[in-house]
Amino acid sequence: MAKKYDAGVKEYRDMYWTPDYVPLDTDLLACFKCTGQPGVPREEVAAAVAAESSTGTWSTVWSELLTDMEFYKGRCYRIEDVPGDSESFYAFIAYPIDLFEEGSVVNVLTSLVGNVFGFKALKHLRLEDIRFPIAYIKTCGGPPAGIALERDRLAKYGRPMLGATIKPKLGLSAKNYGRAVYECLRGGLDMTKDDENVNSQPFMRWRDRFEFVGEAIQKAEQETGERKGHYLNVTAATPEEMYKRAEFAKEVGSPILMHDFITGGFTANTGLANWCRENGMLLHIHRAMHAVIDRHPKHGIHFRVLAKCLRLSGGDHLHTGTVVGKLEGDRQSTLGFVDQLRESFIPEDRSRGVFFDQDWGSMPGVFAVASGGIHVWHMPALVTIFGDDSMLQFGGGTQGHPWGNAAGAAANRVALEASVKARNEGREIEKEARDILSEAAKHSPELAIAMETWKEIKFEFETVDKLDVS
Amino acid sequence: MQSTMGDYQTARTLETFGFLPKLSQDEVYDQIAYLLAQGWTPAIEHDAPENSANHYWTMWKLPFFGQTDLGDVVAELEACHRAYPNHHVRLIGYDNYSQTQGVCFVVYEGRS
Repeated sequence: MAKKYDAGVKEYRDMYWTPDYVPLDTDLLACFKCTGQPGVPREEVAAAVAAESSTGTWSTVWSELLTDMEFYKGRCYRIEDVPGDSESFYAFIAYPIDLFEEGSVVNVLTSLVGNVFGFKALKHLRLEDIRFPIAYIKTCGGPPAGIALERDRLAKYGRPMLGATIKPKLGLSAKNYGRAVYECLRGGLDMTKDDENVNSQPFMRWRDRFEFVGEAIQKAEQETGERKGHYLNVTAATPEEMYKRAEFAKEVGSPILMHDFITGGFTANTGLANWCRENGMLLHIHRAMHAVIDRHPKHGIHFRVLAKCLRLSGGDHLHTGTVVGKLEGDRQSTLGFVDQLRESFIPEDRSRGVFFDQDWGSMPGVFAVASGGIHVWHMPALVTIFGDDSMLQFGGGTQGHPWGNAAGAAANRVALEASVKARNEGREIEKEARDILSEAAKHSPELAIAMETWKEIKFEFETVDKLDVS
Repeated sequence: MQSTMGDYQTARTLETFGFLPKLSQDEVYDQIAYLLAQGWTPAIEHDAPENSANHYWTMWKLPFFGQTDLGDVVAELEACHRAYPNHHVRLIGYDNYSQTQGVCFVVYEGRS
């Protein structure tokens, strides 16, 4: 029976609040933490979010009747209390898969976190989680290589990999920068990294940096017999420039590139991931600007959503925070999104902030990168928290060593291997950290000095964005 | 390594556990026990030190599928070392779920 056109403004909840709806396996599901303006009922706020992030607009329009809105609309199907917070609530919304272009996290985000975040009836809005249906995941390229292939290419097994961001982050000439890279790699690091704001500044243009770093990698590989790399940052002002730099990075023999996925954008990131897959290059992903979006507990996008989007867009490494270092990160919450990067199926687990079962199917995994204010004393905790499929990066903790980068690298490598060995022996390495490191330091003066240098450094502040737990 | 007389020397190392002192017999046993407890398949490879950077080393027999006995793995490692005393011998734990090697380290270093 055809409907009649009834012009005017209807309440959103008449059409978009459907508590009886059972989500389909193919639906894309989202959980928003909503904080409405005073006096607006929860159902109306939740329905408005569903409408404004899918098919709806503020007024009825005649052209709606030319299509089947029941098929295309997003629906709020559940509302839940936020534990310990009477002001906010969770709204669960189901979106039909046909609302989204295949293989485009850009399109998904433009819908879900578009205009709706500026909606006046809302005080705050936060996208807490997305359940991507496996049917949608199958349309995305994902990591260019993935964890297993990266291990095979680099012959790194049974332990986390070890890296460092080259310091000082700005101001070195290309030749001096390459020296710092070479010293780290020859000392025992697997890889080094451009700092995120190293692009192509007047003091060190990108081509010159790539040439010197290429030589540093080769020399370190020849001398140590191990495989090495340096994440050459190809984040640039335009995609054309980015690809030009990527080509040259391949030419100088680096196995890996680097991109900043939020400042560079998902379009650039997905394109670069495709390029890497076609060219046999690994892709390290930095996350500058993430805290602007994900740190406020009531507004923005939780990092677990950005992490899921990155796995779909493509990247072989993603920064996740360290839990123990200088940057914000709650332990349970961090473990929750680290699982989203690496596992093939993650069940709902509210104690880790995971709102949905998530099936990744055959999508390759992404290494979790822990970087920022960490040093040898943190090593046993880092191995426990992040496990083998991680990249542990000690910038100041390598290059601040009294004997220089190579000795600093060796100190970290000894601490890492001692921790892995002890874990495999069944020891509780986080509790026995002091014993394990002290035993290892008997055979490594580099480690002994490093332990002395950083013994008092801690970063103990309360987390700003805590999980909502009852 | 740091010496009081000279500069900081680059070490030639063999990936995982390459920065630790040579593992004792008991320490090697502990790593084998770990590998078996994970349900991984032990395997042994060997090659001349000058080939150590290659992805492929020569396999010592097939991987030991279904092997759960630590003593048998030790016996195979020793047999491989006796047959190729100048070769590096490494122990691998194949993880067939992740299709990776959950363990891989050199047990005997060959003389180059």
